[in-house]
Amino acid sequence: MTLSPDLLKFVFGRFSLASLPFDEPIVLGTFIMVALGGIALLSVLTYYRVWPYLWREWFTSVDHKRIGIMYCILAFVMLLRGFSDAIMMRAQQSMAFNGNEGFLPPHHYDQVFTAHGVIMIFFMAMPFVTGLMNFVVPLQIGARDVAFPFLNNFSFWMTVGGAILIMMSLFVGEFARTGWLAYPPLSGYDASPDVGVDYYIWSLQIAGIGTLLSGVNLIATIVKMRAPGMTMMKLPIFTWTALCTNILIVAAFPVLTAVLALLSLDRYVGTNFFTNNLGGNPMMYVNLIWIWGHPEVYILILPAFGIYSEVVSTFCSKRLFGYTSMVYATVVITILAYLVWLHHFFTMGSGASVNSFFGITTMIISIPTGAKIFNWLFTMYRGRIRYEVPMLWTIGFMVTFTIGGMTGVLLAVPPADFQLHNSLFLVAHFHNVIIGGVVFGVFAGINYWFPKAFGFKLDAFWGKVSFWFWIVGFYFAFMPLYVLGLMGVTRRLNHFDDPSLQVWFILAAFGAFLIALGILAFIIQMVVSVRNREALRDWTGDPWDGRTLEWSTSSPPPDYNFAFTPIVHAHDAWYDMKQRGHTRVTAGYFAIHMPKSTGTGVILAGLSTAFGAAMIWYVWWLAAVSFVAILAVAIGHTFNYARDYFIPVEEVIRTEQLRTTFQAAE
Amino acid sequence: MSTQAITPGTGEPIAFYVTEEEHVHAGHSTMLGFWLYLMSDCLIFAALFATYAVLGRNYAGGPSAAQLFELPTVALNTAMLLLSSITYGFAMLEMAANRKAGTMIWLVITGLFGAAFIYFELHEFAGLIAEGATPQRSAFLSSFFTLVGTHGVHVTVGIIWLITLLVQVGQRGLTDDNKRRLMCLSLFWHFLDVVWIGVFSFVYLLGVLR
Repeated sequence: MTLSPDLLKFVFGRFSLASLPFDEPIVLGTFIMVALGGIALLSVLTYYRVWPYLWREWFTSVDHKRIGIMYCILAFVMLLRGFSDAIMMRAQQSMAFNGNEGFLPPHHYDQVFTAHGVIMIFFMAMPFVTGLMNFVVPLQIGARDVAFPFLNNFSFWMTVGGAILIMMSLFVGEFARTGWLAYPPLSGYDASPDVGVDYYIWSLQIAGIGTLLSGVNLIATIVKMRAPGMTMMKLPIFTWTALCTNILIVAAFPVLTAVLALLSLDRYVGTNFFTNNLGGNPMMYVNLIWIWGHPEVYILILPAFGIYSEVVSTFCSKRLFGYTSMVYATVVITILAYLVWLHHFFTMGSGASVNSFFGITTMIISIPTGAKIFNWLFTMYRGRIRYEVPMLWTIGFMVTFTIGGMTGVLLAVPPADFQLHNSLFLVAHFHNVIIGGVVFGVFAGINYWFPKAFGFKLDAFWGKVSFWFWIVGFYFAFMPLYVLGLMGVTRRLNHFDDPSLQVWFILAAFGAFLIALGILAFIIQMVVSVRNREALRDWTGDPWDGRTLEWSTSSPPPDYNFAFTPIVHAHDAWYDMKQRGHTRVTAGYFAIHMPKSTGTGVILAGLSTAFGAAMIWYVWWLAAVSFVAILAVAIGHTFNYARDYFIPVEEVIRTEQLRTTFQAAE
Repeated sequence: MSTQAITPGTGEPIAFYVTEEEHVHAGHSTMLGFWLYLMSDCLIFAALFATYAVLGRNYAGGPSAAQLFELPTVALNTAMLLLSSITYGFAMLEMAANRKAGTMIWLVITGLFGAAFIYFELHEFAGLIAEGATPQRSAFLSSFFTLVGTHGVHVTVGIIWLITLLVQVGQRGLTDDNKRRLMCLSLFWHFLDVVWIGVFSFVYLLGVLR
């Protein structure tokens, strides 16, 4: 008896065994490696019975600190995936000359560059930034958690859900071959009927819901939960940049949701928003996606600016120069972020006046950004600079980002852009600002706040090795791309005819190899630090002589962050407290009101991921079932009114006495 | 506030910590958070309005707005939604007076008006599709169905939410938690009303003028 094709189609949608990558040795090899590694990891976790602990203390936790750390772990795993895509592209382009077609056929290569972009922006940079904001912001403003702790957990798992879908596309079916913003008509059903673009849409939609909700959450936290006395102009600068970033998130991500929904309607229902016939207009998509896309780059860079500001002021032992101008610069960038989107497609043909407007607004952004660079320089001027690892990343950023900023202003000139758009010059420019700005900032932030999160510093030697490999590797990898771009080489090419270009691509590949060593050094740094944790231990909670409130509590902070909510009298509150000879309160504790852990976030995100997968593969029954289940679980969750508990006073006393003992031992 | 230190120079004592037990105020950020969510939802509608503004005259040889829209039906529809906003207001007044039964009755009436709105909307859609004016026919119809349909989906979600709250108010009465939830739904419901005013003027009224 054979199964009827109709039944198979009903049960599996358009999935069949042919969707698995048996004919692509590279993908199959990766799949086998990942599967073996995954099984090994799962077995180890099961063998040591870590699952209950992970579920109870991490997965279901609503503690902003743990969620922040989980975001960073997710981001690092995705960095490895996105970087393997990068090094494959660099290898391909450095060898695909003189009739050699390289090892990546175009069909596969197109998926690699699309996945690289999507992963690096949505699943590497965003989770790192969100993770750091999650961890740091409540501590900096003297709060016990975020405004909506359950929503925070749910947001994180939705981001994981999106990441799972995009990882799944590597082995089951394929990913989009459209470039990271999936412009129609190429991303429409006629040109891309397979599952690739649907993977793209659903992974971004699911992760996007998480991002949007975490944006709402952090704004409410910053606006409503600041310690008494902390007026807006006493807010630590990182929290200011976090506030602006989250405002940008809430004001930009809905547009992404809307435009991807319209693209899905075109693909699933057959509407004509972005098609070339029946009145559709693909440029509408390009406009809408960049109305989200340009603010998105500021969403990433603003918190990095915040990190640099904290690092510079701490490691120069000085109040940040021009705090007020820094705040205004941040706010101005936030507003201008919405007035420049058209510079991504000057060639649309909107005419000289429109192009001039957007060219000028783009150039104006360099003014507040330049003000920031000068503020950091003046903070360093006559400061007692300590060249610790976070400070090295900051200085590396100031040099690198300035170069990237200048090529950006160059691209903002419409006539120049007509020559340079879609070239490797552009690719070099945005890697220059995203690696030199965001990634360096993330590494500065990790090295800076790691001791707060885990109670011991990261090993400085391997940190410096990592920094030098990254920065030298960056220049080797991307300066040749500027040259190639000026020579007219366009982006996303699979192979080349002109042999004189090859040397530049080999240089770039060498740079990518150096960056790989930088990533390796970072992993070694982690391992070495964990192994030497007793030597690197910090009992004070304030290893860098910090200035803001997160350094006033223990490392790692207790669940409740602060036994007593601090009262803020000055900007740089913790520095002010130290100056005025403050003493820690060691008596008079009380029970502390905290939110309860819940598994609902994991369940809802899991169902959403199942829904996304079902929609991608046209498994309509599963889509219907998971959709109804999402509704049922969400409604069921609202019937749970007991969402909080008190940490008993005995536990608070025990925790705080432990800290007293350790501080005395120091 | 007992912990004090001396400010150098002035000799003035200063408190660094809140040492009294804090008041438990769960959900004090909820209204702000929900308001922020509504603004983000508003931007989804903004994107859909913008799409309609750009594509709304691309009839592609198909029927135009003036040929399709029947204002009397839409007027009836609009009346249903506006009335539901008023009755939701009455429910909130009853809630403020702590009258559980009154609150619930007005909520039921609100839900019925909402359901009537959805019924008339689906009726209109069915009529259009029967005439061959389907979402696939032209970019104008794609953007029309999506804008109006998204609003309809929101109202449907509002009705499901309203039913959930009816059960919860029935079970637990007008507790602080439930009052807060009713306030959120109230914001949501009136927000949808405001969006509908936009749809009515911008899509229907301007549509029949063309």
